[in-house]
Amino acid sequence: MDTERRHTGADAVDGNAAGGLLTELFALDMTVAEVTCASCGAISELGAARLYGGVMGAIFRCAACEAAVVRLVRTPAGLWIDMQGARRMFVRSPAD
Amino acid sequence: MPEIDVAAPAARRLEWRTAEVVDIVDETPRVRSLILGVPGWPGHRPGQHVDVRLTGEDGYRAQRSYSIASAPEFAHLMLTVERIEEGEVSPYLASEARRGDRFELRGPIGGYFVWTAAEGGPLMLVAGGSGMAPLMAMLRHRAAAGSTVPTRLIYSSRTFEDIIYREELDRLAARRDGLEVVHTLTRRQPPGWSGGKKRIDRDMLAGLGFPPQARPTIFICGPTSLVEQVARSLRELGHDAKMIKTERFGPTGG
Repeated sequence: MDTERRHTGADAVDGNAAGGLLTELFALDMTVAEVTCASCGAISELGAARLYGGVMGAIFRCAACEAAVVRLVRTPAGLWIDMQGARRMFVRSPAD
Repeated sequence: MPEIDVAAPAARRLEWRTAEVVDIVDETPRVRSLILGVPGWPGHRPGQHVDVRLTGEDGYRAQRSYSIASAPEFAHLMLTVERIEEGEVSPYLASEARRGDRFELRGPIGGYFVWTAAEGGPLMLVAGGSGMAPLMAMLRHRAAAGSTVPTRLIYSSRTFEDIIYREELDRLAARRDGLEVVHTLTRRQPPGWSGGKKRIDRDMLAGLGFPPQARPTIFICGPTSLVEQVARSLRELGHDAKMIKTERFGPTGG
């Protein structure tokens, strides 16, 4: 991982790169959360989603159909999260 | 009544920590590794990354993510950084930072792109350029843990001089503990070069990788174009998409 290049282009990277941003919202590791896409029904880990954006916000798109499954936006007041593109999420309990 | 430990998840919250540069290794003309001391570091799993945050004198902040290149068994944290001229954080890390410098980081982050020896194999690693860093953490851990999991690394660099961790990879392969390392050089090869001479393609993956029937766990890290080409080729060869973990850098830098 080296996200410097990502800030010089518009390419997507993998959802795993936003793991730090996700920890500001969730207590458990969401990069391994299994997300069901509301558009196509594909199930994949959030770390495997296509990630667009950067530190100020991020859009996770389904790797199968490119529909937005999760949107995060940082504003001066706080973080917005929009998960209407995720039908459900499964977060495994930590090992201990 | 069952006891519910509400404190446990909160304790996992990431906090910004101060890292101190304790040593610097020049890896290639464009890449160097920073060896960091991070008081209170909770440990990591191979493949995880950290967020690095730099704050300017005027309060301006820039934040980037970097893979951890060191094994969990190593006392310090190693980040390997390629100089990207137009970057905001990499020029500092790759050129300016000196021994004794301090900056903020948080981690470890991301359980998605992770391999530990306990998970077994076979293990197939494909790297392009400084995408080698998280895979090096896996190989260093594999050696430190005494693992003999069958492992193949296919590593693409531009030239011989651009191969990061070259001598250490030679040493790891010489242990003959089930690790095979194959280099390919895409721009220029030294006289008598016996490794690959082209970009990693389907033929190379079919010839050098594990067959799909072996169900290898696959990690690919590097520039977006390389990662997508390799992942597509592996799926075409019959590898299960669920076994392929990718980490794209973004577009290839200058």
